[in-house]
Amino acid sequence: ENSKRAIIQKMDTILALKGDGFVMMAADCSSARSILVFSQTQDKIKVLDDSKLLGQSGPQCDTANFSEYIQKNMTLYELNNNMKLSTHATAHYMRRELATALRKGPYQTNILLGGYDEKAGESLYFIDVYSALVKVNFGVHGHASNFLLSVFDREWKEGLSVDQALDVVRKCVAELRTRFLIAQPNFIIKVVDANGVRLVEL
Amino acid sequence: MSILQYNGGAIIAMTGKDCVAIASDTRLGLQQQTVACDFQKGFKMNDKLYMGVTGLATDVMTLSQLLKFRMNLYKLREDREMKPAVFSALLTSILYEKRFGPYFTEPVVAGLDENNQPFLSAMDLIGAPVSTSDFVVAGTCTPNLYGMCETMYRPDMSPDELFETISQCLLASCDRDALSGWGAVVTVITPEGVTTRKLKGRMD
Repeated sequence: ENSKRAIIQKMDTILALKGDGFVMMAADCSSARSILVFSQTQDKIKVLDDSKLLGQSGPQCDTANFSEYIQKNMTLYELNNNMKLSTHATAHYMRRELATALRKGPYQTNILLGGYDEKAGESLYFIDVYSALVKVNFGVHGHASNFLLSVFDREWKEGLSVDQALDVVRKCVAELRTRFLIAQPNFIIKVVDANGVRLVEL
Repeated sequence: MSILQYNGGAIIAMTGKDCVAIASDTRLGLQQQTVACDFQKGFKMNDKLYMGVTGLATDVMTLSQLLKFRMNLYKLREDREMKPAVFSALLTSILYEKRFGPYFTEPVVAGLDENNQPFLSAMDLIGAPVSTSDFVVAGTCTPNLYGMCETMYRPDMSPDELFETISQCLLASCDRDALSGWGAVVTVITPEGVTTRKLKGRMD
């Protein structure tokens, strides 16, 4: 029974945390299969719209397919209804799509959705590969979660500033560089807040 | 590891004198790793009916949403509330529909019927129901739960006694199970109303 289960890769590192009026998301930039690294400059954090970040881990066929599908449907909703989907609504819509696909043709993708809404403020949603959804203060996907959840448990607190959050992310990257077997030299970090999405240097 | 033990969870439902209580832990884990301590497993169906669902978290969410939809549809068509026994039968039917590709869940139904008499039922993942008059349990630590409930249960408890009993049963059982715990919620349903309380337990 175990041999029939699809091999779920956990090599991609995606992490995110909530701060005071923003969500910061970081991901490694390695694109690899087995022992071969295709690229060290892959961007795994998709900007869904100017108030949402979608961090995805997994094979690019599934991540690209799923995120583009979601993005186009979000645009369609906006055109039809003249209003944008909130982060909460987007997260639940994603979950429903993943749950339906689970027993037909599953997407092998772990998701962290971070967004900023006017009413709800900053929010971060964790969706696992089987489409279990939970709202969190911080989240990590991949083997890295075994290392980084402890770092977050210790360092995260309510109302972090961007600089403080960046410090925490730096601690996470340092931890991985020390203790994680897989070398992940590059990380990309993005922040979403009331002013939109921007790239941040490590 | 069995698929029903991937996310972890524990649920008890217990009867008292003209009241029922349903208690669930709030852990969401990915095998040994804990991801969240506020994952909802008890769902309000109507003022006198609660459903607790444990098992694979994605199916817990899907099933609770599906049942909510079916309840609402029933209410619109029939213009009356669904009785607990009817709800339980509906749930059984929905689960058996997926007999050869089931929802990996073990639901528990707790409510008061139209005469305010307690109703309990539990079922396995393909909808085999059992309806009892004392307590039902579900989750990854059912041996613990059965032991605790069998020892501490007595018939015709008041709502306060019931709350105390069900809380102690749940907390003690979850403390011996790595996959359950990390917070708990208890809801007591009486003809007068519903009280929901969070329990303070070991967060490990």
